[in-house]
Amino acid sequence: MSPTRMSYREALRAALREAMQRDPRVFLMGEDVGRYGGTYAVSKGLLEEFGAERIRDTPLSELAFVGAGIGAALGGMRPIVEVMTVNFSLLALDQIVNTAAALRHMSGGQFSVPLVIRMATGAGRQLAAQHSHSLENWYAHIPGIRVLAPATIEDARAMLWPALRDPDPVVIFEHAQLYNLEEDLPAHWESNADISHARVRRNGTDLSLLAWGGCLGKALEAAALLEGEGISAEVIDLRVLRPLDMDTVLASVRRTHRAVVVDEGWRSGSLAGELLARIAEESFYDLDAAPARVCSQEVPIPYAKHLEDAALPQVPMIAAAARRVAGRDA
Amino acid sequence: MTATVAPPPSGPVPYEQEFALRLLADMVRIRRMEEACAQRYGEGRIRGFLHLYIGEEAVATGAMHALGAQDNVVATYREHGHALLRGVSMAAIMAEMFGRREGCSRGRGGSMHLFDAATRFFGGNAIVGGGLPLAVGLALAAKMQGEGRVTACFFGEGAVAEGAFHESMNLAALWGLPVAFLCENNLYAMGTALARSESRTDLCAKAEVFGMPALRADGMDVVAVHEAARQAVAQVREGGGPVFVEFQTYRFRAHSMFDPELYRDRAEVEAWKTRGPIHTYSARLKAQGLLDEERFLALDRAAEEEVAEATAFAESAALEPVEDLLRDVCTPPEAGP
Ligand SMILES: Cc1ncc(C[n+]2csc(CCOP(=O)(O)OP(=O)(O)O)c2C)c(N)n1
Repeated sequence: MSPTRMSYREALRAALREAMQRDPRVFLMGEDVGRYGGTYAVSKGLLEEFGAERIRDTPLSELAFVGAGIGAALGGMRPIVEVMTVNFSLLALDQIVNTAAALRHMSGGQFSVPLVIRMATGAGRQLAAQHSHSLENWYAHIPGIRVLAPATIEDARAMLWPALRDPDPVVIFEHAQLYNLEEDLPAHWESNADISHARVRRNGTDLSLLAWGGCLGKALEAAALLEGEGISAEVIDLRVLRPLDMDTVLASVRRTHRAVVVDEGWRSGSLAGELLARIAEESFYDLDAAPARVCSQEVPIPYAKHLEDAALPQVPMIAAAARRVAGRDA
Repeated sequence: MTATVAPPPSGPVPYEQEFALRLLADMVRIRRMEEACAQRYGEGRIRGFLHLYIGEEAVATGAMHALGAQDNVVATYREHGHALLRGVSMAAIMAEMFGRREGCSRGRGGSMHLFDAATRFFGGNAIVGGGLPLAVGLALAAKMQGEGRVTACFFGEGAVAEGAFHESMNLAALWGLPVAFLCENNLYAMGTALARSESRTDLCAKAEVFGMPALRADGMDVVAVHEAARQAVAQVREGGGPVFVEFQTYRFRAHSMFDPELYRDRAEVEAWKTRGPIHTYSARLKAQGLLDEERFLALDRAAEEEVAEATAFAESAALEPVEDLLRDVCTPPEAGP
């Protein structure tokens, strides 16, 4: 099979279509997933193909339709709930945290919740503070749910099916900047369908750059820049934000002895902080330098382009942090 | 404050003796079980929050007997009686409150989180209003799969102020889902009387806003409850979409074991006790010749024996080993559905 060029959006749509075709229990519900074609046009055309029962438009009721997804999952269906963006998922946090994530344990193992929740995340489009959150770490904090961040076409295409096969709740973050990304879908994408492991996206020897979602591209760009300066950066795509695949992360850090984490979340209480803590706990003596992280500035994300750019992790900052950690910033 | 309450429930009981006595026996089972819970709580054997249903037994009893085995039940943290009448054994309920591995939630839930997959009892939810979206989803699944299941969703009147109530009522009505919203209006949400939290206290009117049929029943009268629940469940099962029922009831005990009850008069509680579901119903049965004192004592004794056995079981049941603390956070790979 020759590789097919497609956008991240098309890859997600193909995955949705495949899931709907393979399993009659699967249905998609959320705000404007049907008639409107999806806020980010991910589900465009699916209403015509599968009908309004399975491509189900909901009212503006995040709490109720996420909770209804949990109930439908308990009732034997395999719902995919699309929450327009992570910003609005805050209205449904109660159901996700207090019910979906806790139910299995709270019921002594009697009720698993096979629910998939997809949501867009991230900043970079001048949408200001209420539409630019990156709160993946809030979800990655919660035992009982799996958190995924597909950053490539391949993962956009491949992660949904195993997520639906997971008997427990899975939250999938799609960075809004990625929807238009175009790449070749590798011919062997299906054999890479995995929702447990981080992946090395670029091999290197001098330091490990850890990134995911919307920051993976930036980390890869920084690595290319650094190569021109004689710094060989390995880039790890975390992919799975809970549970963390520390084996892959630590194996890389043990090879390179230096680590920089890139995280679009705010530094305080960030996932980057968690990663660095674990690296310190488990690989302290493998490190040749204090590790670093590049996070968003601690400010509600502003509207003006120059301010927004300055608030978010950018390639030059990542490169600068890498030089510092590699001891090449003199 | 002088409390005025309606006269005690009265009138003929329209059931065969066997069923009429079943209702009585079930109310007594809940009462005796919960009295034992309160006692064990006083002894420090049961801990955490304990919300007693004493005074409200007619609601769960009348309503549960209107459901079939295929139906789903979603309840609140005041759910001991609902779990029991749904068919969870008293021993498993007691063991759960004692935090034992043989508890119906393996000691992970306690009083507020009784669960039972076998009887489709989807819990014990301690987030006020939290069960409503879940019930809507269970009903959605039933509808999409063409199963004739009704989802019965119990909640207190306090939940009516939550967004989850309004969102869920709208969604259920919009999609015509088979769910019975069963509101147990005991007049107080902790210490907040309905009139102090709702701009409009007519709960049925709130359902009508969503175009949902609404019924109101005397929640101290097991017959009125059962009739209203039967009507609601039948209507839902026939595909008529959701129905809302308000049961007007009263809790005789504190909200939980930590409540000094500053918000209501002793006299009010005493006045409501004249409407107590067990003694008023017993009196009606006796007047009709369906019950005599001997039979009452026999069924009361049977309940006491069940409680004694359940308590003994709970006391001797094993504790989950601490090594198993982390089990059931996620489904083990081999156990997937
Ligand atoms: C969302 C939420 N807010 C607050 C509480 C604390 N709380 C527990 S019970 C309760 C009162 C609820 O009253 P009601 O719904 O009428 O049920 P009742 O306890 O009377 O059976 C409150 C405020 C809670 N558990 N959940």
